[in-house]
Amino acid sequence: MSQTDSPPRRGANAGRHSLSGTLERVLPRLVVAPSFAVALFFVYGYMIWTFVLSLTGSRMLPQYDFVGFEQYARLFANERWNVAATNLVIFGGLFIVICLILGLVLAILLDQRIRQEGVLRTIYLYPMALSLIVTGVVWRWILNPGLGIQSLVRGWGFEDFTFDWLVDPDMAIYALVIAAVWQASGFVMALFLAGLRSIDDSLFKAAALDGASLPRVYWRIVIPCLRPVVFSAVMILAHIAIKSFDLVMALTGGGPGYATDLPATFMYAHTFTRGQIGLGSASAIMMLCGVLAILVPYLYSELRGSKHG
Amino acid sequence: MDNIIRRRTPGARLLRAGLYALLLVMALVYLLPLVVMVLTSLKPLEEIRAGGLLSLPDSLTLAAWLKAWGTACTGMRCEGLSGYFMNSVSIVIPAVAISTLVGALNGYALTKWRFRGANLCFAMLLFGCFIPFQVVLMPMAQTLGWLGLASSTSGLVLVHVVYGIAFTTLFFRNYYVSVPDEMISAAKLDGAGFFRIFWRILLPVSGPIITVSVIWQFTQIWNDFLFGVAFAGFDSQPVTVALNNLVNTSTGVKEYNVDMAGAMIAALPTLVVYVLAGKYFVRGLTAGSVKG
Repeated sequence: MSQTDSPPRRGANAGRHSLSGTLERVLPRLVVAPSFAVALFFVYGYMIWTFVLSLTGSRMLPQYDFVGFEQYARLFANERWNVAATNLVIFGGLFIVICLILGLVLAILLDQRIRQEGVLRTIYLYPMALSLIVTGVVWRWILNPGLGIQSLVRGWGFEDFTFDWLVDPDMAIYALVIAAVWQASGFVMALFLAGLRSIDDSLFKAAALDGASLPRVYWRIVIPCLRPVVFSAVMILAHIAIKSFDLVMALTGGGPGYATDLPATFMYAHTFTRGQIGLGSASAIMMLCGVLAILVPYLYSELRGSKHG
Repeated sequence: MDNIIRRRTPGARLLRAGLYALLLVMALVYLLPLVVMVLTSLKPLEEIRAGGLLSLPDSLTLAAWLKAWGTACTGMRCEGLSGYFMNSVSIVIPAVAISTLVGALNGYALTKWRFRGANLCFAMLLFGCFIPFQVVLMPMAQTLGWLGLASSTSGLVLVHVVYGIAFTTLFFRNYYVSVPDEMISAAKLDGAGFFRIFWRILLPVSGPIITVSVIWQFTQIWNDFLFGVAFAGFDSQPVTVALNNLVNTSTGVKEYNVDMAGAMIAALPTLVVYVLAGKYFVRGLTAGSVKG
């Protein structure tokens, strides 16, 4: 996020010399203070609190009998957690890669002076306005083997057509990818389109004068220019993937069995329904570590980049 | 951009036609789920069982919509989604209003009265945009219990305000940075105070960013499921939680048309906002993620 542009500091100096100086200088801080306090408590305090809980043997209720890192050891030995973590890698990887490719292709195609571009953009992006629960419910209906796509295609005469990913433990995770890509790829398209529009036209003209073909211009010049957009998009998509909870609950409920469990559903199930608060907290902390692992390099490069630019 | 094929050679025309065809096909793919949802919600159950995901209904009926709204079972109760829809409304309105107001004041104080530590303060607030909410669920559940707000819509309003401030502050801060400081300095020399400057100078130019913030918060909170399912009681569940219960209630025959009508009911408010104010929705989504 671009929070690093710094406006001139004249405002602060002017305040110091104004008449009601003292109050005026304190007031801005007073206004921000409640939000700051809220963040300290509800974000940072809670993170520490959850971390503390993850070091206890809490089950149905939070209690503070410290057991060290035993919950983490239990977590990594937990078959269901390993399935959830593996699923996140598969789901997140495919989700990010497919969204990027689809988003980039759609953006490049839309950037060719298309008539009715606005309408098309609206259509590609509308899933992003929907609740993931709605997305899950709809795709569950479309993908159900009995009456959905499978029966539709069989009805066209392809009697052997099989598309039962939703109920196949080995394939259900890919059903999640389909629904998630449908929901988020339009958003990636919008990001890339904004990036394409900000590229200087003269780049294209210069390349055209050199006789470079259009695909070559895109591959060699345009796509490298979009690197910051790719970076942001990956960050946002990875973030969506790690947090994915609603979609799993609505589309597969984590099933068949726990074949489509993700860390977010694992955490919820253990904390709120299985009476394993300690273990659930440990999994929440692992999710936080996952987000930090993406966020820290991103912020680092953002801050570095803004110093040079 | 002048990079498109402008000569009207037959090959170029063909390419152009192919481009449009491809874009249209993709549009159809994206529209398909919505079409299926609407069609299914308008069909009687017998027609659905006969198959034909995409076939047009022979006899249009609003029965499924009425049932989803008024009498469908969500878990133990059979009162439809109407009550939960209203829960969502009563959560969304105060939460959006408060978080937007706080975000505007924060953004103003952080950009136009740059006190020492303002940047650090902003960076710390911003982190709230990134945390996975799983990490706050358990402590929040306990806190809400102590505050006597467990299982209430007020509790959910609190939660959504607390975790919405980071986003609204981000929106307003990045917007106010581009308001010229000269205007503020001049007003300060004239003796205008903190709130007066906000009211007279900043607020009148804030229309677009208020729209962005309101739409973003509205969509986020309306579509929330995690906080709803973790903190709401039977009487305070938002519509997304009720929809999930409705779909997963397994008593008797599975009524797909009612499921789809329920999904439409839950989706309509955000869809309408998106269609009416899509530009601002996109700006909220991309705010901060693409520079400039």
